[in-house]
Amino acid sequence: MDIPSLTITEIKTGLLGRQFSAAELAAEALRFAEKENGVTNAYLRFCPERALANAHQVDSRIARGEDPGLLAGVPVAVKDVILTKGVTTTCGSRLLARYEPPYDATAIARLEQAGGVILGKTNCDEFAMGSSNENSAFGPVRNPVAPGRVPGGSSGGSAAAVAQGTAVVALGSDTGGSVRQPASFCGVVGVTPTYGRVSRYGLTAFASSLDHIGPFARTVHDAALLLQVIAGRDPNDSTSANAPVPDYTAALDGNVKGLKLGLPREYLKDLTSETGDVIARGVEILKRLGCEVREISLPSTEYAIASYYIIATAEASSNLARYDGVRYTCRSNRSDTLAEMYRNSRGEGFGAECKRRIMLGTYVLSAGYYDAYYLKAQKVRALIARDFAQAFAGVDAVIAPVSPFPAFRLGEKVNDPLQMYLSDIYTITGSLAGIPCMSVPCGETVEGLPVGMQVLTRHFDEATMFRIAGALEQSRGAM
Amino acid sequence: MKITEKEVRYIADLANLALTDAEVKKFGADLDEILEHIEKLNEADTGGVEPMTQVLYEADETATLRADVVVPPLGNPAALANAPQPGAGYFKVPKVIER
Repeated sequence: MDIPSLTITEIKTGLLGRQFSAAELAAEALRFAEKENGVTNAYLRFCPERALANAHQVDSRIARGEDPGLLAGVPVAVKDVILTKGVTTTCGSRLLARYEPPYDATAIARLEQAGGVILGKTNCDEFAMGSSNENSAFGPVRNPVAPGRVPGGSSGGSAAAVAQGTAVVALGSDTGGSVRQPASFCGVVGVTPTYGRVSRYGLTAFASSLDHIGPFARTVHDAALLLQVIAGRDPNDSTSANAPVPDYTAALDGNVKGLKLGLPREYLKDLTSETGDVIARGVEILKRLGCEVREISLPSTEYAIASYYIIATAEASSNLARYDGVRYTCRSNRSDTLAEMYRNSRGEGFGAECKRRIMLGTYVLSAGYYDAYYLKAQKVRALIARDFAQAFAGVDAVIAPVSPFPAFRLGEKVNDPLQMYLSDIYTITGSLAGIPCMSVPCGETVEGLPVGMQVLTRHFDEATMFRIAGALEQSRGAM
Repeated sequence: MKITEKEVRYIADLANLALTDAEVKKFGADLDEILEHIEKLNEADTGGVEPMTQVLYEADETATLRADVVVPPLGNPAALANAPQPGAGYFKVPKVIER
């Protein structure tokens, strides 16, 4: 078996044909991942005992003639903001360096129930705040395609692991682009499903009205299958949607003839030419496959960054208040009173980006500013959602770039937080609207850097999104 | 838009964050720059627009409610397992009342 290029289908065939056992695959995948991890720093830790226990369960199901599950034996990497019982979960923060969750996230329980094998936990920006993975307390992740460059963020470790082949699929989390942007930078598939499609029980909260769990994979098929497994109502998350989960892989027949796609003109003006060229080629492919592409307008796009960085930081400042040095975070030892202990534990524990966002969020929510900032941002958010609703009256999907530029160099943007925030422009709009959106590899720049195309559809219409992404994936090499 | 050092310290106090003098200076400058960009929102016409407080989709009113049944709680030992200073079944903290 060729570990770095394995797909879910190949694994299933190998297991059922008795070419290898799940335990053999898990051991081999762990050995490979541990050996290669120095190149990227994608994993923060491995959990071999758990992986082998998962694998043995799959083997015994197969031996008993039972259905081993949709993800039977599939090596999975999990972003370190998603709780795994008994396996240290740091959120990329010093504050949680020794935190061992007492329960599993619902997405984790579901993927293990489906036969998934969890290899380990992946690096990320601290509490998922960042666009380059340089805000991790445990060192940056390097892009496996170009090791002097960032993998994107905040789910940089998960994207890098899948691109490097040290996991077949991975889970990430997306609040303003944290799955799609690293997927684009690393040349893999990354999906942000509809808000509420996947339970967030056990996902460490960043901005609750925007947080999603989403899959990474090397193929659209594998991403669709992972979403299939983790999607659906969960009584432990009252924001999870009750809508039925369709068979996503059934949409991957390559037939996109007659689909109407909208290309928003507001998304094309700030593109670097290298990214723009790749996107233009992708658009041509979709046209040749029979899609009808028309230019559309999403006029409120220019306000998206401002709206997002108010809403996300306001919610973050509340959500991160729980890290107080009392119940599960590290505590500062140089404090005589409770109030000092809170301040010192948080001051010593949080990295610069978290502090900046807590400060901004606290400021916009502070007395006298609520209406001018938070309320105004929520109204602008409604305008952005309305833009999409109006667009979907005329088109089946919106296609767009994921990022204005390909992966940038490590250190290139760390000293300019506003520039870093502005680079999230194309992903933030879909997050604010709560619609499904994904990045699918579209091509490479002259330098060989991957560029993803974003596909966005109506609420709960992941099937159409996968159909379009799958058609682009299949035809890209052929044309 | 100029945020003063006094305001930065006030916000840090509200957020229970101990900041060094260098951080106060740095975050003051960062917030200035970000808030200046945020001023852009004032250009957006939001007259008559309802704030989007949550992402809504078609569902029954009771769709988000689970059955009202008692389930086993986490339990005291598991809840205390990650505490920096557990003791006698509780979370211990430095003194709350100053004399």
